[in-house]
Amino acid sequence: MPQASRQEIRFLLGGEVCIVRDATPTTTILSWLRDTARRTGTKEGCAEGDCGACTVLVGRIEDGNLVSEPVNACIRFLASIDGLQLETVEDLGGAHPVQRAMVEHHGSQCGFCTPGFVMSLAALKRTNPQPTEGEIDRALAGNLCRCTGYAPIVAAAMAAQPEPAHMRLDETIVAKLRALDDGTSLSFRRDGARWDSPRTTDELASLFLAFPDARLVAGATDVGLWATKLTRDLPHLIYVGAIDALRRVEQVDNTIEIGAAVTYADIEPIFDGLYPDFARLIRRIGGAQVRSVGTLAGNVANGSPIGDGSPALIALGAELVLRRGDERRALPIEEFFVAYGTQQRWPGEFIETIRVPLPAATTRYAAAKIGKRFDQDISSVCAALRFELVDGAILEPRLAFGGMDGVPRRAARAEAALQGRSFNEAAFEAAMLALDQDFSPIDDHRASASYRTRVARNLLLKFYRELAGETATRLEPDAYVHAIV
Amino acid sequence: MQSSDETTVYVAKPAVHDSAHKHVAGEARYVDDMAEPAGLLHLCFGLSSKPHATLDGIDLDAVRAAPGVVQVFTAADIPGDNDVGAMGLGDEPLLAADRVLYVGQPIFLVAATTRDAARRAAKLGRIRYGELPAILDIDAARAKRDLVCTPLTLRRGDPQRAIAQAPRKLASRMRVGGQEHFYLEGQVALALPGEDGDVLVHCSTQHPTEVQHVIARVLGQANHTATVELRRMGGGFGGKETQANGFAAAAGLVARLTGRPAKIRPDRDDDMVITGKRHDFDIGFQVGFDEQGQILGVEFDYAARAGFSADLSGPVTDRALFHCDNAYFYPHVEASSLPLRTHTQSNTAFRGFGGPQGMLGAERVIEEIAYALGLDPLEVRKRNLYGATERNVTPYHQTLRDDLLPGLIDELETRSDYQARRAAIRDFNARSKTIRRGIALTPVKFGISFTHTPYNQAGALLHVYRDGSVQLNHGGTEMGQGLHVKILQIVAETLQIDPAQIRLAPTSTGKIPNTSATAASSGADLNGMAARNAALAVRTRLAEFAAERSQVPPDSVTFEPGFIRVGGEAIPFAVVVEQAYQARVQLSATGFYRTPRIHWNRSEGKGDPFFYFAYGAAVSEAAVDLLTGENRILRTDILHDAGRSLNPAIDIGQIEGGFVQGMGWLTTEELVWDKQGRLRTHAPSTYKIPACSDRPRDFRVHLLDRPNREETIYRSKAVGEPPLMLAMSALHAISDAVASVADYKTCPRLDPPATPEAILNAIERIKP
Ligand code: FES
Ligand code: FES
Repeated sequence: MPQASRQEIRFLLGGEVCIVRDATPTTTILSWLRDTARRTGTKEGCAEGDCGACTVLVGRIEDGNLVSEPVNACIRFLASIDGLQLETVEDLGGAHPVQRAMVEHHGSQCGFCTPGFVMSLAALKRTNPQPTEGEIDRALAGNLCRCTGYAPIVAAAMAAQPEPAHMRLDETIVAKLRALDDGTSLSFRRDGARWDSPRTTDELASLFLAFPDARLVAGATDVGLWATKLTRDLPHLIYVGAIDALRRVEQVDNTIEIGAAVTYADIEPIFDGLYPDFARLIRRIGGAQVRSVGTLAGNVANGSPIGDGSPALIALGAELVLRRGDERRALPIEEFFVAYGTQQRWPGEFIETIRVPLPAATTRYAAAKIGKRFDQDISSVCAALRFELVDGAILEPRLAFGGMDGVPRRAARAEAALQGRSFNEAAFEAAMLALDQDFSPIDDHRASASYRTRVARNLLLKFYRELAGETATRLEPDAYVHAIV
Repeated sequence: MQSSDETTVYVAKPAVHDSAHKHVAGEARYVDDMAEPAGLLHLCFGLSSKPHATLDGIDLDAVRAAPGVVQVFTAADIPGDNDVGAMGLGDEPLLAADRVLYVGQPIFLVAATTRDAARRAAKLGRIRYGELPAILDIDAARAKRDLVCTPLTLRRGDPQRAIAQAPRKLASRMRVGGQEHFYLEGQVALALPGEDGDVLVHCSTQHPTEVQHVIARVLGQANHTATVELRRMGGGFGGKETQANGFAAAAGLVARLTGRPAKIRPDRDDDMVITGKRHDFDIGFQVGFDEQGQILGVEFDYAARAGFSADLSGPVTDRALFHCDNAYFYPHVEASSLPLRTHTQSNTAFRGFGGPQGMLGAERVIEEIAYALGLDPLEVRKRNLYGATERNVTPYHQTLRDDLLPGLIDELETRSDYQARRAAIRDFNARSKTIRRGIALTPVKFGISFTHTPYNQAGALLHVYRDGSVQLNHGGTEMGQGLHVKILQIVAETLQIDPAQIRLAPTSTGKIPNTSATAASSGADLNGMAARNAALAVRTRLAEFAAERSQVPPDSVTFEPGFIRVGGEAIPFAVVVEQAYQARVQLSATGFYRTPRIHWNRSEGKGDPFFYFAYGAAVSEAAVDLLTGENRILRTDILHDAGRSLNPAIDIGQIEGGFVQGMGWLTTEELVWDKQGRLRTHAPSTYKIPACSDRPRDFRVHLLDRPNREETIYRSKAVGEPPLMLAMSALHAISDAVASVADYKTCPRLDPPATPEAILNAIERIKP
């Protein structure tokens, strides 16, 4: 049954209740902060979620505790923080340990990126008071600095003292957030556009059935850009992030079921235990600000040929549960991608869950992405391979690529070359040759067709070497901390 | 003046950036953070979608009819000259009038009540183009040979003969990619109309004076009608030396014509599509050398993509030639430039200003010789370094007066354990299938001074108020490099007062006229001297006043922190100031400075264009994935010469930041234009500057603490640009790792940017 709805956006700004009546569905947090609230500490460096100058913290209750996550204010719609807490650099006051450490370690030069770094570091230190360099790198992958070369910022991150107790008002904030929630859901129209934040999956299903032309949005890490970059009209947005039920990850028999609103940050530790290469891949998607809001389902649903989640999931043999009204159907994920820009989805139908099979003892899995930059770069090629190794033979190989065609898809000929073969280099060499018949990629600004072809082949060889036990095959920063001697 | 061993209280000490506390608190104001005045108009340019075309029709009806639009401007609305070019050559219109010369060139200007309305409306222009053939890269431009300005040739000796007679010779070419500045704060200008046609423009620019002159030129008014002001930039790197002109002129134009305040802050994509970048180069060379690897004669040609207009391409390509030697002596040399016109953005200043590209040519020559002879490139480098008393004349006939590099390189080689690590790396490579490592040491010698001699002057204005507090203006701009804190230290030192007593006022053309750009690493050298001279003038007056009052000789009056000591009595600075005011002593002074001794005759290619040189060297270790071409810089050791550093903390920040920025240029940062002339890498999603994890995890930076032999401000050296070029060590370390696949027998000829694709190509090219 639909809940009572409400037209004004309510959230906590720092610790104070803030009620906004004049924002449109596509008003971003950043434009509201800078233009309306006149909090200009938060900067715009790109308006597309790539530089982190606009980093703010969004706090929500999880298992009774306050969780504050860094978010790109430039592409996140204000309406999506309804019921949550928003913290900006102004809320830290100037004497926060992270701010002090940044001053002491000369962590700012021009200062334009600095508020964003301060917020990312404040978020990191709350959950991880003593981070390693690798953890700092990952926490800062979504913050670009053109001046400092990062070393002093990392030094500040290591040195900053924990936030003193008197600065942490978690319990008060949790209480205030609870008080804010009267069970109503946000639904409003302004300037000819409509926004809905349903609270239950059923409500979402019936809304989307009634308005199949509406655009579903979760992290808005893509849709946000349609508004800021393309100045595209988005007449009706339905936000799925307020539905707690869609944020669940559950194990059902030999499958894990991932709700449509589960973020990369949520799922990364789970995959780390099951398919470590998938987790490695996720750690390189966007920055912390993108991983905290971007969802695996959103990555699949937008059908991008270069989304990293899709090839990784295709190789795993994942299944989508699609829902339309009260009807549900399961679809092998690779069938979802029909052609560039076209997905196997009925009007009003949406991804409710992604089902990923658990690994068996015989399961082997490898995944990797290639970009110009290690962190936060869209892949030129992304590859994933799963097979069962039974008595030394490769069975049921599933090999998928992104960036090689208009859709992420399997490499049928290369799979055929592997199927049933003994697990050795010769089998992989055969698959590498077969791969040339599977794909004819294109040239673009990320890579040439010939590089894509060669690197796709070489990734197969890399997978072989890794699965055969060779170490030191990747240039991950943590694996290569040490220079020679 | 100051002796080099003078003990100091405030300078030559680490001090935090004067705005650091404001930066971290979000309180530092940038132009877009200023409170918006009532009636503000937001501006957006309508851009060309063709690289080269006549404008056969501009239909702006839909733009005018769009919601929120107040007025739309075209070239016809410009009252003065339609030229925002740095050189005033008339080759850079504010708004294209009858033809467009690149994709992204502004054609019309929308003024609307909101930024969003202006951006949406700007997309609605209907332009009829008559397409013309477009020159989109260096190869096409070389064939056409259309130059944006007069090229330069440097020549000493008889290189043709020296090469012909040399026992060994080789010839090759290399490509060097361009670079987007990616200042975190984009271009922005806010113009406020005043009386009598005056405009006050707040603008993020490294060159307020030029912006002032350009606004006046566009409005057809005298320079005194425009005032340009700024507190700070969110990064510049050369990208706001001339590239702010068009934006500021647009804001000024609208403010003047409508009488309303006007602001322009282009979206990041528009910024990247409109503005010029670092020049990409195609460098050819022929070199003759002996069996020991000593260069006997060399010829270079440096062809550069200048873009559609001259901008600073002349001086940039000149500086490339000035650094075609990097640190090496060429007994016979000829180097010539080719600043080629293309139908792309007009390339411009970028940290190093052509010097980095010039040096890359020199370092490639060294590398080629090393592989040809089977030597460690470091050995070849050492054998070709400039000498102290002979072999010390540059290709432009300036004699080097110091030779810090041999000692600096030796010290760094030892500190970084270069030899042992090199051996260990070779060992590792022999065992490792997928990952290979490499190491390289590269030096830098960078000439300090504007090569346009008149720019080497600066002014300052200092007021002491009755409470002893001081306000200071100087002509330099703060873009994060720490210029202001250095100037604070200098003035504090001169007057012996706490820096907290000194306020630096925003840079304003109304306070200091006819300033030079804050560029060429010259900010502290020039403005620091000017500020010191202003402070000295007041100090001298105070000393004379105090001496007379106490009847002691003026030279017995000394300044110590917070006090002025007169005849045995220490009087607080503020007390002397108030007494001086009562006695009607002038407590305000201007200061001026011009760099001595430099001169440059371009037509002869001879002179002493540089006051001095800054030196440095770096050792980098890289790892490369042979299967994918991915790479990582693992460790970098730097030893850099900042003279007697004014502020070691700030200077180390410049070195670290410059290195990583240079590393980005040489590795991940790739500019791609498509066949229609459209820049495809126009946002951080597609253009990849280094992220945090790209920095060398092990990063050891040291200053060579040696006072400048020249009389610079407290014997310091300029530090803004030179460290960028230390990143050549990263490229060469990657190249060394690649060379392992052919057992170090073949020069990998790895052209920057060394993207994974470029590296994989090099691997496959040389793999036996
Ligand atoms: S402004 Fe760059 S990420 Fe938001
Ligand atoms: S301090 Fe300038 S971008 Fe980071």
